[in-house]
Amino acid sequence: MPNTKQLEDFVSQVRRDIVRQVHGVSSGHPGGSLGCAEFFVALYQEVMKRKEGFDMDGKDEDLFFLSNGHISPVFYSVLARSGYFPVEELNTFRKIDSRLQGHPTTHEGLPGIRIASGSLGQGMSVALGAAQAKKLNGDDNLVYSLHGDGELQEGQNWEAILYAAGNKIDNLISTIDLNGQQIDGSTDDVLNMGSVRAKFEAFGWDVLDIEKGNDIEAIITGLNEAKSRTGKGKPVCILLHTIMGYGVDFMMQGHAWHGKAPNDEQLEKALAQNPETLGDY
Amino acid sequence: MKKFTNSGNIDTRSGFGAGMDELGETHENVVALCADLTGSLKLNDFAKNHPERFFQTGIAEANMIGMAAGMTIGGKIPYATSFANFATGRVYDQIRQSVAYSNKNVKICASHAGLTLGEDGATHQILEDLGLMKMLPGMTVINPCDFNQTKAATKAIADFEGPVYLRFGRPSVPNFTEADGKFEIGKALHLVEGADVTILATGHLVWHALEAAEELEAKGISAEVINIHTIKPLDDEAILNSVKKTRCVVTCEEHNYLGGLGESVSGLLAKKDPVYQEFVATNDTFGESGTPAQLMEKYGLNTKSIVEAVNKVLAKK
Repeated sequence: MPNTKQLEDFVSQVRRDIVRQVHGVSSGHPGGSLGCAEFFVALYQEVMKRKEGFDMDGKDEDLFFLSNGHISPVFYSVLARSGYFPVEELNTFRKIDSRLQGHPTTHEGLPGIRIASGSLGQGMSVALGAAQAKKLNGDDNLVYSLHGDGELQEGQNWEAILYAAGNKIDNLISTIDLNGQQIDGSTDDVLNMGSVRAKFEAFGWDVLDIEKGNDIEAIITGLNEAKSRTGKGKPVCILLHTIMGYGVDFMMQGHAWHGKAPNDEQLEKALAQNPETLGDY
Repeated sequence: MKKFTNSGNIDTRSGFGAGMDELGETHENVVALCADLTGSLKLNDFAKNHPERFFQTGIAEANMIGMAAGMTIGGKIPYATSFANFATGRVYDQIRQSVAYSNKNVKICASHAGLTLGEDGATHQILEDLGLMKMLPGMTVINPCDFNQTKAATKAIADFEGPVYLRFGRPSVPNFTEADGKFEIGKALHLVEGADVTILATGHLVWHALEAAEELEAKGISAEVINIHTIKPLDDEAILNSVKKTRCVVTCEEHNYLGGLGESVSGLLAKKDPVYQEFVATNDTFGESGTPAQLMEKYGLNTKSIVEAVNKVLAKK
């Protein structure tokens, strides 16, 4: 198991990968990617049970589904640096003939990806199906999913949230990235959702908060707590309180960097705040 | 000409149910999902005999499609079922991203397609589903003609890897294809040999095409009837070989002429061997309430319409 310092170094490299990928093609979504860097590193480097290599069925291992596919830069970086494909391939992000499409997809056969996402609101249903298949197969490993908070405005989520509780899907841990921002502004301004916790609880989920969503130790503690609550007849929801753009000071200002690429000067500033630890691609 | 015998009227959706009953016994990875229409889809027996493999999603089709996609991860073969309108148009983006683009082995099985849904009216009578589904890259689109063929198709798609749209209907219609016959995806079936005109029919219109061929024969017109049960991939060879001989074609379907079988045939012939074509299909319109027979008459989708279309196309030839 890596120690905290090693994980933080890993996160620093992931942040470099994120801004470099987006800068390289002057497009993509750095804000949410940066905000979820610690979560992805905790999940793939510490918490999830993973087999060597990749097969689509993922039997006898934990599975992860990214529903808010636009934060692909963080997903690609962590997958590459967790051994699913060569790190050098990050250089092809959003370019022609690449396996690293703007939004994640299985279409080009990129190892580590099990479903296309990008059109929002579909990932929880897919995760539910995979969780049901695990139960049918007598596979007691877990299914994780990640969703944006703005994404909860899509109605399909609430069909899935209702189904999961009604059918006691208790091998699923769905995390909501509660950064309070979406493309057009704050979630409060765009469509005020009130208490996300109260809503999940009303639907019958077991809900826990990770208040420090950009603190690797807090995330690991929270994820382990969530794991301990599985198998008890309720789906588990983590409310992950993050800051969009975290780790790059000028990107931590509201929603401005949701889908905007840094220029050369901004890239240098961003990289200066996140030391190269594992070697740039 | 070769005669076909109706062994008794029965609905194609019951063919689906019968196929599912067999799959329940033979294919342990087959699972069924249903959005509050178990009885309408004839899944009562499957649900009773295999409760652990039957998933009632409630009235939530979008979640049903996503779940079906997820269940393929782990090796299940999900049959996601609803009425054709709610199984396609309502969930188009879910099918597009989570099933087709992700190339998941999901079977979307849709009953109550077309006008013959009858009294429920246009909100439920989808006439655009074949077009919606055939436009999705990688999607196989099947529209069988009777109970026996629907049962055979239901079974056959379990052994086919990839997303499939299987369309069937509500009304009792003649059952005339071979019982427990083999179903070959993408392989059109020559029902009647003929020399003057090619009639390409799919779904409920196949029986009407056979009746039309008999009427035409009595008037000295030799019609070739081909059952196009698979809209995509289209059996190009069967169509081109027939048209080479007859030099004109009538396509018949319970669907809008835009986006349906007729348009697929036009596209093929325009590229390879242009001939005159008439469309027995709805004419860019919604349906309405009525009995199936009344609707098929009003919207020009019956034996009489096919005979008229043949006369029209022959006049141009």
